[in-house]
Amino acid sequence: MPIFANIAYDTAHLLDTFVLVLSFALLYQRRLFAVLTIYAWQALCLAAAAAWQAYAQDAPHLYITAAIALVFKAIVIPLALHRIIVYLNIHRSIETALGIGPTMAVGVGLVALSILLVLPVTAAAGALTRESLAAALSVVLLGLLMMITRRNAVSQVVGFMSLENGLILAAVGVKGMPLVVELSIAFSVMVAFIIFGIFFFHIRERFDTLDIHDMERFRGEER
Amino acid sequence: MLSLIAAPLALYGAASLLGIAGGRRALAPVYLLSGLAAAATAFGAARFLANGAMPETAVLPLGLPWIGAHFRIDALSAFFLLVLGLTGTLTSFFALDYGRHDDEPGRVLPFYPAFLAGMSLVLIADDAFSFLVSWESMSLASWLLVLATYRLAETRSAAFLYLVMASIGVGALLLGFGLLAGGGGDFAFATLRGSALDPWKSGLFFALAVIGAGSKAGVVPLHVWLPPAHAAAPSHVSALMSGVMTKVALYGLIRLLFDLAGPAQWWWGAVLLLAGGLTALLGVLYAVMQHDLKRLLAYHTVENIGIIVIGLGLALAFRANRIDALAALALAAALLHVFNHALFKSLLFLGSGAVLVATHERDMEHLGGLIHRMPVTAFVFLIGSVAISALPPFNGFVSEWLTFQAIVNGSLLPQWLLKFAVPAVGAMLALAAALAAVCFVKVFGTVFLGRPRRPPAAAAREVGPTMLVPMAAFAALCALVGILPQTVLGLLLPVSAMLLPDSPGIDLSNWLWLAPLGPDHSSYSGGVILLAVTFLAALLVLVIHRFASDRLRRSPAWDCGFPDARPETQYTAGSFAQPIRRIFGSVVFAARERIDLPAPGDMRAARLEASLHDPVWEGIYAPTARLVSLLADRLNLLQFQTIRRYLSLMFAALVLLLLIVAVSQ
Repeated sequence: MPIFANIAYDTAHLLDTFVLVLSFALLYQRRLFAVLTIYAWQALCLAAAAAWQAYAQDAPHLYITAAIALVFKAIVIPLALHRIIVYLNIHRSIETALGIGPTMAVGVGLVALSILLVLPVTAAAGALTRESLAAALSVVLLGLLMMITRRNAVSQVVGFMSLENGLILAAVGVKGMPLVVELSIAFSVMVAFIIFGIFFFHIRERFDTLDIHDMERFRGEER
Repeated sequence: MLSLIAAPLALYGAASLLGIAGGRRALAPVYLLSGLAAAATAFGAARFLANGAMPETAVLPLGLPWIGAHFRIDALSAFFLLVLGLTGTLTSFFALDYGRHDDEPGRVLPFYPAFLAGMSLVLIADDAFSFLVSWESMSLASWLLVLATYRLAETRSAAFLYLVMASIGVGALLLGFGLLAGGGGDFAFATLRGSALDPWKSGLFFALAVIGAGSKAGVVPLHVWLPPAHAAAPSHVSALMSGVMTKVALYGLIRLLFDLAGPAQWWWGAVLLLAGGLTALLGVLYAVMQHDLKRLLAYHTVENIGIIVIGLGLALAFRANRIDALAALALAAALLHVFNHALFKSLLFLGSGAVLVATHERDMEHLGGLIHRMPVTAFVFLIGSVAISALPPFNGFVSEWLTFQAIVNGSLLPQWLLKFAVPAVGAMLALAAALAAVCFVKVFGTVFLGRPRRPPAAAAREVGPTMLVPMAAFAALCALVGILPQTVLGLLLPVSAMLLPDSPGIDLSNWLWLAPLGPDHSSYSGGVILLAVTFLAALLVLVIHRFASDRLRRSPAWDCGFPDARPETQYTAGSFAQPIRRIFGSVVFAARERIDLPAPGDMRAARLEASLHDPVWEGIYAPTARLVSLLADRLNLLQFQTIRRYLSLMFAALVLLLLIVAVSQ
């Protein structure tokens, strides 16, 4: 049996796993700049995964998806967020709501849940689709987990973007997903990013902080 | 036939638009068009039934795109369309005059035709989707009609209660249809008919159907909304709500249980029997305690629904045990009572409307002596009272007699529970019938006899012919059906043949004597009774005048120990109800009387205070309301959380749902 008998499957699986592992790295990381860097790497892996799927499925429109992921998610958004952080002067370490250890444990649980969920449902589909969907659902859930365990608005946005990476990963993994769906997801994320950016400046202007914990105090709801 | 229904629906639509556009000026056209449409419905339905009632279906590309709207007319829907059309015609003509006395006709006119159209659509719907949509439009239209008098605070609370109960009912129906349809996604009745459910699922379906249709019909303990809502609506709308809408709800019950649910289980019949007996008895006991004329009539609607439900329960029990001849008898009794109740309850509500127009009073304690001022109204109201009290030769007697014929054969049922329950329910029914007679002695005696208790009653004037003729027509129909019940029972044969195909239906071979189970069993003839009653009454009058007194005597009126002839010395509605309140009320309503005597030397008057407690309201509804408001208070905390907590809650909900999916695979 040759080593590269099923190289399409192995490579796609490897790239999916990279995206997933980088999601864990996002959960682990405390420093804002490092979070951005890891996010950029995750987007790069996503772009590679999309490009590989384009090649493997012989679906040229996925190259466009890959290009969008590469340009916007791996370069533009991280750079923009980087500038915002420098401009607002908030490059400190982030307070987490839940300790790093328990967060990682919950993350592992979520991955197990995704696999339990996806594998029986998609029994009829090919192995590649099934593994991709399980990885994508894990990335989505880990993104959500990141959003609720961080106290800083910027890292919540990164959590949201990483969640969206999971959606794209699911979309490229499934054969026959029309381009318009991926495009609309990409554009909605762009819009969300712009709105978040505007909100950052407004929040900062009003409250002098992006720490959500402080804002809760402003609402008089500290518990 | 379906084209015959389409024309009335178009007329209703036109009338509704006229009502929106025209306001007060559109009153005559709106009611004329509605009456015309209802008359066409009645005519078409009667012809359909007389011609053998071959079902006709139509699928229209309306509603949900891949389902469409299915419509079907069969014997059952045609019979209820006949009830709807007949009542709607006469009520609409009554409203031509009565509607002018509404404070704000603009709040009635657009919805009155819509209400009639909604009820017609329920009767011809042939898939769950259009059934529920029609059902809801019927509820909403009647709700808006109840709100016509929205300036009264009691109307607003009645309307709110009605809306809540209607939502609960339609929710139950929705779940029931979902249960019946399963995962198939085809909601046409033709498909649902074939679905075979597990015993426990069909039991659940039965419960949901009874809650859904029963809450609309007013089965105890789901009746609480009915009396306030029916009493608050304008009288011609009350007549339609009591006379027809409750019947449309029962149509839903029959359609679900007899037609769609497949083979019945015997305990369904037992549940319906007990619910019906309880409804009849409690309804009439509430009615006896009431002194508001329209509310009293509405409680009698609850009672009569109970009588019909008893008939339906017997029919289900007999059908489940394959005793189809008796099932046909019980079904015929129930459906004939549907027809009869629509006639006499509409007559009585229209009569109360006439009294309302003449005196602006609903409280019986303020009325009295109207027989001198409104003789025709008094006469037709008397006929309605006799009919609803189930006295021969009027129609109420025939249907209750048929129900009793089914009850006395209850011992043929094999289940011991039913063997014992049926006679008990029979006793409840007999008691309810007797109490209904008591109640209407009270109503007629207080409202029409004696002397006026307040100036408005003394100044009352008879209403015009536009209002009298429909009431007289209802009264004539009550007498006609009472004397010749075979006419209506003949129209019921196709219904019985459709729902109970193994039974030949009841025996109508003898045109004079109604002997439903054949010539060897008990029989009744309204005509002979009428002749006998007339003959005996004439004989009595003759004998009294011949042997007792043929001279005219003049003596002081009301001088039997009451030389002071003020109206307050008359027997009041409260005094009529007092013995019943003491006997039954102390058990059912925890009625208590307390005498409040002033201390020696104190000059204030002594007081007699009577208190009543509604067991259903205080036992079921008030605790439920308290529980809901408690939960709402607790859940209110969720309104004031931080963003991260909201996200966490959503995340937790998502993970929980995913876990459920993962575990259930």
